[in-house]
Amino acid sequence: MTDSRPVLTMTGISKSFPGVRALHNVDFQLFPGEVHALMGENGAGKSTLIKVLTGVYGIDEGSVTLDGEQVAFNGPMQAAAAGVSTVYQEVNLCPNLSVAENIFIGREPRRFGAVRWGEVRRRARQLLARLDLDIDVTAPVASFSLAVQQMVAIARAIDVQARVLILDEPTSSLDAGEVAQLFRIMRQLRDEGIAILFVTHFLDQVYGIADRITVLRNGALVGEYPIAELPQLALVEKMIGKELDVLERIEEQPRPELAVLEGGTPFVQVSQLGRKGAVAPFTLAIHAGEVVGLAGLLGSGRTEVARLLFGADRADRGEVEVNGARTGLRNPVQAIDQGIGFCSENRRAEGIIADLSVRENMILAMQAARGWLRPIPRRRQDELVDRYIKALSIRPANPEMPVRNLSGGNQQKVLLARWLITEPRLLILDEPTRGIDIGAKAEIQKLVVQLSDGGMAVLFISAELEEVLRLSHKIAVMRDRELVAQLDNDDTVDADRVMQTIASGTEREEASR
Amino acid sequence: MTSLPISTGPRWAKLPRRHMPVLATLALLLVMYGIGVSQYRAFSNIQVVFNVFIDNGFLLVIAVGMTFVILTGGIDLSVGSVAAMTAMVSAWLLQSGLPALPVLVIALLIGPTLGFLMGCAIHFFDIQPFIVTLAGMFFARGMCTFISNASIPITDGFWTTMSQYRIGDPRGNFVSISVLVAFAVVLVAAYVLAYTRLGRNVYAIGGNPQSALLMGLPLGRTRIAVYTISGLCAAIGGILLSFYTLSGAPLIAIGMELDVIAAVVIGGTVLTGGSGYIFGTVLGVLVLGVIQTLITFDGSLNSWWTKIVIGGLLFAFILLQRLIGIRYK
Repeated sequence: MTDSRPVLTMTGISKSFPGVRALHNVDFQLFPGEVHALMGENGAGKSTLIKVLTGVYGIDEGSVTLDGEQVAFNGPMQAAAAGVSTVYQEVNLCPNLSVAENIFIGREPRRFGAVRWGEVRRRARQLLARLDLDIDVTAPVASFSLAVQQMVAIARAIDVQARVLILDEPTSSLDAGEVAQLFRIMRQLRDEGIAILFVTHFLDQVYGIADRITVLRNGALVGEYPIAELPQLALVEKMIGKELDVLERIEEQPRPELAVLEGGTPFVQVSQLGRKGAVAPFTLAIHAGEVVGLAGLLGSGRTEVARLLFGADRADRGEVEVNGARTGLRNPVQAIDQGIGFCSENRRAEGIIADLSVRENMILAMQAARGWLRPIPRRRQDELVDRYIKALSIRPANPEMPVRNLSGGNQQKVLLARWLITEPRLLILDEPTRGIDIGAKAEIQKLVVQLSDGGMAVLFISAELEEVLRLSHKIAVMRDRELVAQLDNDDTVDADRVMQTIASGTEREEASR
Repeated sequence: MTSLPISTGPRWAKLPRRHMPVLATLALLLVMYGIGVSQYRAFSNIQVVFNVFIDNGFLLVIAVGMTFVILTGGIDLSVGSVAAMTAMVSAWLLQSGLPALPVLVIALLIGPTLGFLMGCAIHFFDIQPFIVTLAGMFFARGMCTFISNASIPITDGFWTTMSQYRIGDPRGNFVSISVLVAFAVVLVAAYVLAYTRLGRNVYAIGGNPQSALLMGLPLGRTRIAVYTISGLCAAIGGILLSFYTLSGAPLIAIGMELDVIAAVVIGGTVLTGGSGYIFGTVLGVLVLGVIQTLITFDGSLNSWWTKIVIGGLLFAFILLQRLIGIRYK
């Protein structure tokens, strides 16, 4: 089916934002009649590339040609008019309007200025029939499932004679059946000669539909591959960017036996906990003194698991037991009461309060746990803060310094101290070592080991497999928002095996252990 | 007459949820009318219905403009003051000897101009409609007293004709010209909302402004347009008010914007925008009018009972909107 001449070519695209090089010399080409998957972790530059293409952002360097002619769109509307239509992750339709109207609004057929509703409905039915969709076009869009809404958005996109259809994570909120329906339509459009650029986090889906794959990492092009020449494991490696042999050099440390740790009642036991659209129901036990690593690609649902356990998001199904007693974790206050602490991955936005001092930041969680009406005496504050500044070797060791002046690693330590002061029994660390230097990283890793040796349960989330392998007693593997496996971190487990699990999603049988 | 063409057809049996508020209002109106007819013999006289229209023609016109604004998810608090200002300016210009036609033109230009400016402020500076139109409300009210502290009577021939002319049947039932004007405004507005791009964009923006923008709809132009339309309707309402009272009074129509909002909401338009019909607004205004009439017929009740009943109804209707989940956000 693939034509020899690309419909769209992007050459040498670079794009910088203040302080960040989002894209660096990226080439991309799209042929008519193909589904081309754009892959990469969060922050790899996929969205930036799409936004550069559709004119949401300007281009710093490089050129875009459509059908051999150089183009530079000033926005999605102009791009759509030229035949490059985008369907976004969140369906951008007006929920109160009918299906037919959503497809045609802004370009309704009119006679003497009056919208010809009959014609609108007729053409909407025609268009949806082309997508093999038989629905009541006069019903409001909100009355249909997200999948159908997605198709209506696609119908709107292809009505403008689209030659390039960009689907930006269209499947993130669809269930399996809905995905199949979407794929059927994608194949059909592909066979009609439309070039489809497909962005997704779901590896299975890529192999289910794509003809070729372009991989980006850290804003740079890793390569373009026909699907047959890039097995899943190789794709994961290319996305993460670590050669396996590097990862295989894992520090071995004597750890307490898992069997010993898991002898008693788990501190936290969740059964079939889940939240629609965030993470599929999962079952997980975390024992005192145990480090459970959560591995998986970015966007695989790791943070969502953490947020459910902390009550930051409310689960819509499943049960939680803390110390064997059933409980609900409906909000962070309850979780803190149960002895759960959570260091967010988003240090700047959700954790550190930059204008407050080191001391104020540290006592925040403890003060919240005590209630704001019972202030912690200043002397006790100083005592605690001093102790943790020493214990975590926070530099500069000045409790009154505003946190904004500290380095990322030290900010992370302050955040850690905030939770350590409350003496949690389960500490959830979401990407505690991201974006901090090697030294601080090692210190935080060391601290995690110390804490667990002291009897604290730790849920350790990290994109770096090496780190997860080094610290964890047990590794839970996330994939496509589903907990697909729990591996005991013994001699048989290495990065290779975890990667294979991430890539293939097998080992499911061990999850039920 | 004004239900969306896209939802009519063979689907009446299903009665979509979004029609529920309008139907509830219709039911309420019929019940209230039934109560009136059963309690007071004179209530069944058709002139009672006509009088409701005569007494509330200006309110209906202003409510039509407000419907446009609320459908986009906005609010216009200036309409009462703008109506008063329009009446005031008309009275003042007529008093100073200007002929009726130029007075009419000038008076009808003030409202939309102010509405246009408020719309621009809301769109370009991204200021809350509440605050912008609150400022507009104070400005217009201030202009009223700036023109005159006292009420200015209107003696102009055209005005008195418009005020007193009766269009009636041989049995003596009649309506005023204001009622015809109000009906014309209602029909035009219903057409605009159902059949023009402007009207459809109003619904789209009320449904989800972000989506509307990404779908390439003219967000700014539509927003400015609805406040301009609301200003025009307030101006027409002001003219009708001056026909009705034959004067311009600086303190007239204080708080009318709130009656108007109540009528629109009772008529089934959702305050967050995107859902509602002009037909509902007509019903909402009639509900307000019938309540007043009932209380007048009773004779022993204080007229403030109107406000109490409207308050209760407003609350009930907002609750109803919540319960049937018509808010899409």
